[in-house]
Amino acid sequence: MSEQEVKNLEEIFEARIARDEKIEPKDWMPEKYRKTHIRQISQHAHSEIIGMLPEGNWITRAPSLRRKAALLAKVQDEAGHGLYLYSACETLGISREEMYEQLHSGKAKYSSIFNYPTVTWADMGAIGWLVDGAAIINQVPLCNTSFGPYARAMVRVCKEESFHQRQGYEIMLTLCKGTDEQKEMAQDALNRWWWPSLMMLGPTDAESVHTEQSMKWKLKRKSNDELRQQFIDQTVPQADILGLTIPDPDMKFNEETGHYDFGEIDWDEFWQVVKGHGPCNKERMKARVDAWENGEWVRDAAMAHAEKKANKNVAKAS
Amino acid sequence: MNKDLYKYILGIADNSLILAQRLGELCGHGPTLETDIALTNISLDLLGQTRSYYQYAAKLAGEDKTEDDIAFLRIEREYKNVLLVEQPNTHFGHVMARQFLFDVYHLMLMEQLQNSKDETLVAIAKKGIKEVSYHKRFSSDWVKRLGDGTDESKEKMQEAINAMWRFTDELFDVMEADKVMIEEGIAVDVSRMKETYYEKVSELLEEATLEVPERKYFTRGGKKGVHTEHMGYLLADLQYMQRTYPNMTW
Amino acid sequence: MGNTKKNWPLWEIFVRSKNGLEHRHFGSLHAADAEMALENARDVYTRRNEGVSIWVVESKNVTASNPQDNGELFEPAQDKVYRHPTFYDLPDDVKHM
Repeated sequence: MSEQEVKNLEEIFEARIARDEKIEPKDWMPEKYRKTHIRQISQHAHSEIIGMLPEGNWITRAPSLRRKAALLAKVQDEAGHGLYLYSACETLGISREEMYEQLHSGKAKYSSIFNYPTVTWADMGAIGWLVDGAAIINQVPLCNTSFGPYARAMVRVCKEESFHQRQGYEIMLTLCKGTDEQKEMAQDALNRWWWPSLMMLGPTDAESVHTEQSMKWKLKRKSNDELRQQFIDQTVPQADILGLTIPDPDMKFNEETGHYDFGEIDWDEFWQVVKGHGPCNKERMKARVDAWENGEWVRDAAMAHAEKKANKNVAKAS
Repeated sequence: MNKDLYKYILGIADNSLILAQRLGELCGHGPTLETDIALTNISLDLLGQTRSYYQYAAKLAGEDKTEDDIAFLRIEREYKNVLLVEQPNTHFGHVMARQFLFDVYHLMLMEQLQNSKDETLVAIAKKGIKEVSYHKRFSSDWVKRLGDGTDESKEKMQEAINAMWRFTDELFDVMEADKVMIEEGIAVDVSRMKETYYEKVSELLEEATLEVPERKYFTRGGKKGVHTEHMGYLLADLQYMQRTYPNMTW
Repeated sequence: MGNTKKNWPLWEIFVRSKNGLEHRHFGSLHAADAEMALENARDVYTRRNEGVSIWVVESKNVTASNPQDNGELFEPAQDKVYRHPTFYDLPDDVKHM
C-alpha cells in the first residue's frame, strides 16, 4: 500500500470513529490503533487478575460465612473480567500466552494500586468502596469506546461489577457501626487506601502522554484530572455517612467551583510503585508466575489428552 | 434439642466447609483463568450448602446460636469432617484427586439423603444433588485428563491418588449419633455405600489409565475429631477474625 | 515464540438465555477440547443464570466475511426497497394489511 493510500484509509477510519461507528477486529485499522488497543486492553486484563491477589489474601480469613461467599464471588468475577478482556484483546491478533509473557517479563504494566498490601479485614471494605469506585469511573465511559470487542467486554464487566462497590461499602458501614476497634480499623484502611486510589486515576493531565489520541479513539472521554475530581466529589459525602475522615487536611468543599479542593498527591510515590518498587510488586508478580509455571504440566496434559481422544474418534470413524 | 440430629448435620456440613475453605485458598492461583473460575464455583456451592446445614443446626441448638458460631467458634476436636477434605493443595493433581474421591461419595450421599424423613435435609439434598453432580463431572474429567495425558501428568496423578486413597475408607464409618439417626430414618447408612463407591471409583481410575491402589491400609479419625496436622493451620486461618475480635458483627 | 508448545485453543461461546430465544454470541475462552469448552463456558458465562443452552465452536472453524468485500456483499441489497412493506402505497382506510 502506498503512503497516500494508507493516509486515505486513515482518514476514512478516523471519520468512522467520529461518527460513532464501531470498529470490528477484521476492519482495516491503523497499526497505531491496534498497538494502543493491545496495550490498553491487556493492561486492563492484567490489572483484573493481579487485582485478585490482594483480596484473595483474605478469602480464607473472612470473618463470616456470608462475607466469605461474597468475597469469593467478587474475586471470581475479577478472574472472569480478566478473561473477557484477554478475549477481546485476542481479536487483535495477540494470544493470551503472549500477553502473559509480557506481564511476567515486566514489559506490560498493570494498575499500581494492587501493589499495596491488604493488612486488615477493613481493607476488603476499602478496596471495594474506593478501588472499585475509582475503577467504575474509569470503566463506564469505555462501554462506548470505538473498538467493538472492548466495548462489549466492558458492558459485561460494568454490569457484573455493580455489586462489588456495594459489597465493599457495606463492609465499611458494618465496621463503622461496630466497636471502637472496628471503626479504627476502618479509618486506618481509608488512610492507607485513599491516596493510592486517587493515583489510580492516572498522572495529572500535564504528565499524561496518551490522552489526546485516546480521546479521539474514545478510549478516554474525560481527562485524568476530571475523573479524579469526579471520584473525590462522589466519595467525600460517602465517607461522611460512614463518619470517617478523609486523610487530607486540605480537603474542603469549594462553594465557588462546586467541587472539593484537595491536597497535593505524592507523585514520587506513584512513579516509584509504577516502576516496580512498591511494597508488593515482587510478590504479586511471583504469585502470577508461580501459578502459570506450576500449571504448565496441567495444561499440557489436557492438550495431550484432547489429542488422544481426537485420534481415537478418528480411528473409530474410519 | 435433638443432639443426635445436631451431630449428624455437623458431620455432613463440616466436610463442605473444610473443602470449600481449601478450594478458597486456590482462588487466583490456578493453572488457567478458566479452571480458577470453575474451582471457585465449586467452593461457592459447598459454602452455600454449609450455610444451609449450619442454619438448620443453629435453629435446633436455639440459644441465639448462629451459623457463624458453629463455623468459627469450635475447637479442633469438635470439627467432624473426614480427613480427606482437609488435605492440602499440594498440587493440582492433589486438588483433583481429593475432589474426585469426595465427589463420588458426596453424590451418593445426597442421592440417598433425598429419602430422609427430615424435610429440611431433603430440601438441602435436592438442591445439592445438581451442584454435586457437576462437581463430580468436573473432577472425573480432570482425573481422566491428567491420568491419560502426558507421562508427567500420569505420574503426578497416580501419586496424588495414592496419597489420598488412605483417607477414603473413613467416609463410610458410622458414628454413634449416626446410628440413632439411621434407626429413625433420617440418616443415610453410609456403610452400605462402600462397595458401590469403590466400584465406581475404580472404574473411573481404570478409564484414566491409573492403577487402583490396594484397599489395605487406611487412616481415620476426622469423624471423631482427631485430625491430621494440617487441620490446625486451616482453622487458624478460618477462625482468625472471630478469635482475634470476639463478639463483633462483621 | 520459538517453541512448538500447543496452547489451549480459543473457542467461541454462544448462549441461549431462555427457550424461545436464539443462541447469541457471548464471548470466547480457552479450552483443550469441546467438553472442557462447554464446562468452562458454563462456569465463565452463566454464573448469573444467563443461560439454558450453550454452543461452543472452536474459533478456527469460524469463517468470516471480509469487511473489504462489504461493498459487493451488502450494498446491492440497499436499493431493493420493494422488499419492504413501506414501499407499497395503500390508502389509510385499508385495514389488516
